[in-house]
Amino acid sequence: MAQSRREFIQLSSAAALGLAAYRLPPQYRIASPSAPPLSDPTFKELAMRALDAAKSAGAEYADVRISQNRNQAIQTREHRVQSLSDSETFGFGVRVLVKGAWGFAASRDLVADEMVRVARQAVAQAQANRAALERPVVLAPVTPTASGTWRGPAEIDPFEVPIEEKVALLLDANAAALKVAGAKFVNSGMFFLREEKTLATSDGTYVVQTIFRSQPQMTVTAVAPDFSDFQSRQSNDIQPMGRGYEHVRDAKLVENATRWATEAVQKLGAKPVDVGRYDLVLHPTHLWLTIHESIAHPTELDRAMGYEANYAGTSFVSPPQKMLGTFRYGPEIMNIQGDRTQVGSLSACGWDDEGVVPDTFLIIKKGIVNDYQTTREQAPWLDWWYKKQGKQTRSHGCSYAQSWEDIQFQRMPNVSLLPGEKEQSFEDLIAATDKGIAIVGEGSFSIDQQRYNAQFGGQLFYEIKGGKVVGMLRDVAYQMRTPDFWNAMDMIGGKKSYQMGGAFNDGKGQPSQSNAVSHGCVPARFKQINVINTGRKA
Amino acid sequence: MSPRTLFDPAGFLTKEDAQALTKRVLALAKAEQTRVTILGSARGNTRYAVNQISSGGDNTNVTVSIRSTFGTKSASTTTNKLDDVSLQAAVDLSERLAKLAPDDPEAMPELEPQTYDESPGWSAITASLDPAGRAAAVRAVTEPSRAAKLAATGYIESDAQAHAIANSKGLFAYGRQTGAAMTTTVRAPDGSSSGWAGASHTDWSRIDPEALGARAIDKARASMNPVAIEPGRYTVVLEPTAVGNLVQLLAFALNARNADEGRSFFTKQGGGNKIGLKVVDERVTLVSDPLDPDAAALPFTPEGAPAKKTTWIENGVVRNLAYDRYWAQKQGKSAAPLIGSLKMLGGTSSMEELIASTQRGILVTRFWYIRPVDPRTILYTGLTRDGTFLIEDGKITKAVKNLRYNESPVFMLNNLDAMGPSVRVSASEDGSPGFAIVVPPIKAHDFNFTSLSDAV
Repeated sequence: MAQSRREFIQLSSAAALGLAAYRLPPQYRIASPSAPPLSDPTFKELAMRALDAAKSAGAEYADVRISQNRNQAIQTREHRVQSLSDSETFGFGVRVLVKGAWGFAASRDLVADEMVRVARQAVAQAQANRAALERPVVLAPVTPTASGTWRGPAEIDPFEVPIEEKVALLLDANAAALKVAGAKFVNSGMFFLREEKTLATSDGTYVVQTIFRSQPQMTVTAVAPDFSDFQSRQSNDIQPMGRGYEHVRDAKLVENATRWATEAVQKLGAKPVDVGRYDLVLHPTHLWLTIHESIAHPTELDRAMGYEANYAGTSFVSPPQKMLGTFRYGPEIMNIQGDRTQVGSLSACGWDDEGVVPDTFLIIKKGIVNDYQTTREQAPWLDWWYKKQGKQTRSHGCSYAQSWEDIQFQRMPNVSLLPGEKEQSFEDLIAATDKGIAIVGEGSFSIDQQRYNAQFGGQLFYEIKGGKVVGMLRDVAYQMRTPDFWNAMDMIGGKKSYQMGGAFNDGKGQPSQSNAVSHGCVPARFKQINVINTGRKA
Repeated sequence: MSPRTLFDPAGFLTKEDAQALTKRVLALAKAEQTRVTILGSARGNTRYAVNQISSGGDNTNVTVSIRSTFGTKSASTTTNKLDDVSLQAAVDLSERLAKLAPDDPEAMPELEPQTYDESPGWSAITASLDPAGRAAAVRAVTEPSRAAKLAATGYIESDAQAHAIANSKGLFAYGRQTGAAMTTTVRAPDGSSSGWAGASHTDWSRIDPEALGARAIDKARASMNPVAIEPGRYTVVLEPTAVGNLVQLLAFALNARNADEGRSFFTKQGGGNKIGLKVVDERVTLVSDPLDPDAAALPFTPEGAPAKKTTWIENGVVRNLAYDRYWAQKQGKSAAPLIGSLKMLGGTSSMEELIASTQRGILVTRFWYIRPVDPRTILYTGLTRDGTFLIEDGKITKAVKNLRYNESPVFMLNNLDAMGPSVRVSASEDGSPGFAIVVPPIKAHDFNFTSLSDAV
């Protein structure tokens, strides 16, 4: 499934050298607004100025992140381009620890005086923050990387692909969708990010990373002739990835548009679901979001310790002393992995935002809670558990900030359901099911602040009878209590059925920051889950 | 890099600064039409968790967006690098992208110069709130919480923003806004109860941290030992925050084009939209007024058109839907943009009266994780959180476990029983100042709770 870290770095450096990259002739490239490359030696000097200023103002630890994010977004509807925009944001943030209290300040003005001013501002803020300090922050040890580079596995830099090609692809796909009778509207778009990020820490790390993200998407809407109903199909069998423009080409938008449009029209005529309990067969394009909400979030250690109580919430997987090694989350076949290495995953990186090389770890092992997601501040909270396991206390490398303007904190890595030993597919799971519903694609989602009670919709719902799909259903949502739901999982797919879903916009923290994350999974079956009908008449 | 005088870290992008910057950018442009949009921002925040400050941040930024148009082709770029070379590169990129864009059959020309009202949405007190001021406000919550053997977690944010728009036809708009919000969740250390309080305003001095903390502490105490009740349809008394959580969802659905195209609650069966039709109880009136001091918003749209007071629903009848300039022209209507604030007019009942008049019902402090389920009815799902109580015979008798609902603000406002006076609330899930929302507490019947949650 995942390449080893060593192989991955070799692949990435090849890409960085342009060996694996497809490059357009220069006349077709669109110049980016001028920016010195982030390996510019002046950046290192500037970063060191900030670190020195922070230390001489009294910080026991400091880090500085300089980043440039470039985004491009294209939005279309039917035969028209609604917007074409290209944006960049550039600046730096300084985080300091002063006698156990954090401070953070950021500015867009990357000059020596401003680096010093902002570092001192962060220290002054940390001193104000100490006013209400009870438990000083202690950081887990880290092995510094004196010099390192990492580049995401983009074969084609999306910013080097001509805009005409992107626009033509979207409009061709729209035209294909609109050829389907009953498909009345189509929205499509592409979104790209290239982030160049430099991190310097006072314990000696200096690393430069380039991250790519790409997402093509389409929504087709069918409207009933008498305006009494409408239904949409989102293209979420194509998921966002940490890849380059090759992801857009691989998505085959034009070829798939006809199918998405056909499915939107079919939804108009689908049978309203009868409420009741059903065996659910969940496709990976749907299940990734259920994993995200009901496993990845509740195993964030800051939530479990009460730190996110005011917005994202706490967790039912708490306190850790009563959970680790004992709490049964699901059946023996359930293994949940955290990692930041899967090739093309949104969370992949060489170092997290405090210089830790992320490791791969099991959050749920054979159905039992085995670990939490951590940063350097949090890992020492689980000291007792790691000692008991004979392990060193180290951060899992889950520190992340969405941009230079924001402070880094604990964000989820890729959190994935590992394949079962038996090689079986989504279709095999359906064939083994007597009375059930198969769900494809993520839809509506909502979960409580401790991640117990959730409700999920989907894109497509298929009624299963006697091991066969007998028709399409509509207005389906299932409600669950997290541990009951996962303990009802009795069949999972094998290696060949594993695929990744994910999102750019996982929100957490105050101010809320977006994290991009992938969730790999196999199809799975859940016995006797409560299904409601969400259709109401206006 | 850029001249330092442009953005004094402690100060703000003035009208003169903004004018000078837009002139610099427009002078670099060669497109037939160009629009420049500037956002200068300063944000300060302090987070606290389990009775201590856990992190914070202070940052400043200035972004410049350029929209270039040739004929009916257009594109835009945004940068925060303000030196001449970078601005020229951003203008060039915008113009190159615009030339490569296909013709837009819905293109609208840039606006001629306009006149604007002065928005009341600025507070010098908010703009100068510093980390020490925020820390003092935190202590006003954490110290009583610690004394009560409870754990307070929360957030303070203050924002100051300057917005400017200029175009090649001579239009210039400038406005500045502040926003402040404080929210807190107070929990029992063993996780057996939780209480929330929050407030948001243009003016930080209108927020009382001590009173807010006391409210959350009272809620946490009253929330001990919640009992399970059967999900189903209940009369609800919703505190203003809970009303704001749901009523703001209506604003997102007010799009005229979606209604005319047949893909909205506001679509009329058989075609057309519901303007002129009664859709909710006749006591419901929803307005957006950028000049309302309690619900201030920028007095212009992103295109530079003046933002005016708009009545969306009046006495239960749809009066306006949001029209962009193209759709308004096509349909022979005047453009009516969505404005960054919403007010629902209230009634005269006090919270005590709403509770006293309820034989059996549920009191809701706030809702959480509210997500769309069915756009045909503006149906959303979500859960109660941090203070949910049973009302029996006109009195709050016990805390109840949290409940999931599947409900639409349209159904809720049809089932309205009574309302109190409107107040400004912190109705964003993430505790940011967000849009100004001013709503009353309400009592409504047949609110649809569909399942119980074990979450506290």
